[in-house]
Amino acid sequence: MKTLMSHGKNINLIVGLLILSAFLLLMLLSFFYTPHDINAMNVANKLRGPSSEYWFGTDEFGRDIFSRIMKGTQTAFFVGALTVSIGVVFGTLIGGIAGYVGGWVDEVFMRIMDSFMAFPGIILALMLVAVFGPGIVNTSIALGLMAIPSIARIARSGFIQHKEFEYVMAAKLIGVKPFKIMFRHILPNVSSPLIVAASISFAVAMLAEAALSYLGLGVQPPDPSWGRMLKDSQAYLTSSPWYTYAPGISITLMVLGFYMLSNAIRDIMDPRSN
Amino acid sequence: MAYIIRRIILFVVTMATVSLITFSVFQVMPGDPIRIMLGTEADETQVETLKKQLGLDQPLHIQYMDWVKGLVTGDLGDSIRFSRPVTELLADRLPVTISLALITLIIVVIVAIPLGIFVAKRQNKLSDVVFSSVTQLGMAVPSFWLGMLLILYLGMNFSFFTISGYVPWTQSVVGALGALLLPALTIAIPQIAVKFRYVRNAILEQLRLDYVRTIRSKGITEKFVMYKHVLRNSMIPILTVFGLITAEVVAGTIIVEQVFSLPGIGQLLITSISYRDFPLVQGIVMYITFVVVFINFIVDILYSVLDPRIRLN
Repeated sequence: MKTLMSHGKNINLIVGLLILSAFLLLMLLSFFYTPHDINAMNVANKLRGPSSEYWFGTDEFGRDIFSRIMKGTQTAFFVGALTVSIGVVFGTLIGGIAGYVGGWVDEVFMRIMDSFMAFPGIILALMLVAVFGPGIVNTSIALGLMAIPSIARIARSGFIQHKEFEYVMAAKLIGVKPFKIMFRHILPNVSSPLIVAASISFAVAMLAEAALSYLGLGVQPPDPSWGRMLKDSQAYLTSSPWYTYAPGISITLMVLGFYMLSNAIRDIMDPRSN
Repeated sequence: MAYIIRRIILFVVTMATVSLITFSVFQVMPGDPIRIMLGTEADETQVETLKKQLGLDQPLHIQYMDWVKGLVTGDLGDSIRFSRPVTELLADRLPVTISLALITLIIVVIVAIPLGIFVAKRQNKLSDVVFSSVTQLGMAVPSFWLGMLLILYLGMNFSFFTISGYVPWTQSVVGALGALLLPALTIAIPQIAVKFRYVRNAILEQLRLDYVRTIRSKGITEKFVMYKHVLRNSMIPILTVFGLITAEVVAGTIIVEQVFSLPGIGQLLITSISYRDFPLVQGIVMYITFVVVFINFIVDILYSVLDPRIRLN
């Protein structure tokens, strides 16, 4: 807490945490309560502008946009969390083994990672979605696979650096098993860049999910997705321009929150970087 | 020379693994691709004919070798949906995507570099906060939403812009510009917001060096210092960044083409995915990735020409 307080002037930290906790609260609330039923159609009320009853207006089926934005936080956090978990677990495992073992294992693992990075990000995501098919879980798996190479790289460089340190030598000498050295001893010491990378991956995953859902290849109805809402709003851009603002601003704010948080963590953990 | 050969080998190895990944991904696909393509009503003979036609009755390594042989000779196979060679379909769509990417690149370069120089000359605490916020915002806005906002605020208000569809250059240059300018801005704005800081940082890095103090102390005007010396020496880090931009712009066109209904390669890719036209998906993925890897290869070679030090390590 003391270290947190001493960074009280870090704008990125304060604003980032504020944005993310607001969305987190909204998500928790949405499990129990939304102002309106998110799927209740009411054609008489379609495409109404913002009002005291419908804060962000209604969509083309007369559904409450604010309630759908609330429910959409679940999708956003779910996809982000699953993507980052896949990316961090496999990225750390692959990068850790490559860095710690070295030699041809390193060469082969990293060549494969580099090849994955040669694909422009969205192309890889689209190809994987083409194979796995759309949907929340498949989208997250595709984006998780996409996140692995960059995290593996970061993990690898940390492990390469630390495997030469005395504490690792000492652990080896008393006969600690390699796997335990890697993940009990080295990992905690190289975790800070990984935490930053995880936070960035969260932001990237959210943007990619929104893009895939906008293209109709990501999250499918009836699951509410902000990207999908943007796609639907495009048909009513001229007649109901406010329709597009709620999902657009939500995505931007949430992604911004994760970027700010990752910058803040980096500044705190490595003050030299600035 | 040794450097260039090393780069060429790396390029070939990268493309080989990329092709292996692209090929394997479609092998691990759950379900029989033929069944998925033909639908559940297809009978056995139909399935067998299509299998034979696509060469899927061969063992995997033969299939892969055939496919790679095709790639090298410029034959990406036939699309199932359109019953035409993939290369032909690509050639039809290429002018749109290339025009869009080029216009975007031009906009990014002519805005980001002067902006970076401008900002580097006025460095203080407040401007640092403002500019880093601009950058973060630029990274956070989804490009397709930005495109929709541009349609809403510019496209609807100025008849010059076409907000949906494409006009070929041969038909009308003004029309083509009107159709491509908004999509290009959509990709360019976030790029500018992020990349002008790289230019600024590269210049600030140079300004700190001793040679700048020396030439300044000789009484050379600030303009001359900036454009004759500093900018030249900042070109290498700047070039690095603009190598990266090309890949991002190519990737950006895929989504933005969808926003503005431009009949480019991105739209073809999305169509091919929704029709599960896998030869077409594979072909487009390989083609786009090839272009991006190739551009990075060229940029690598360019650095070594610009900065001989790179060749030595």
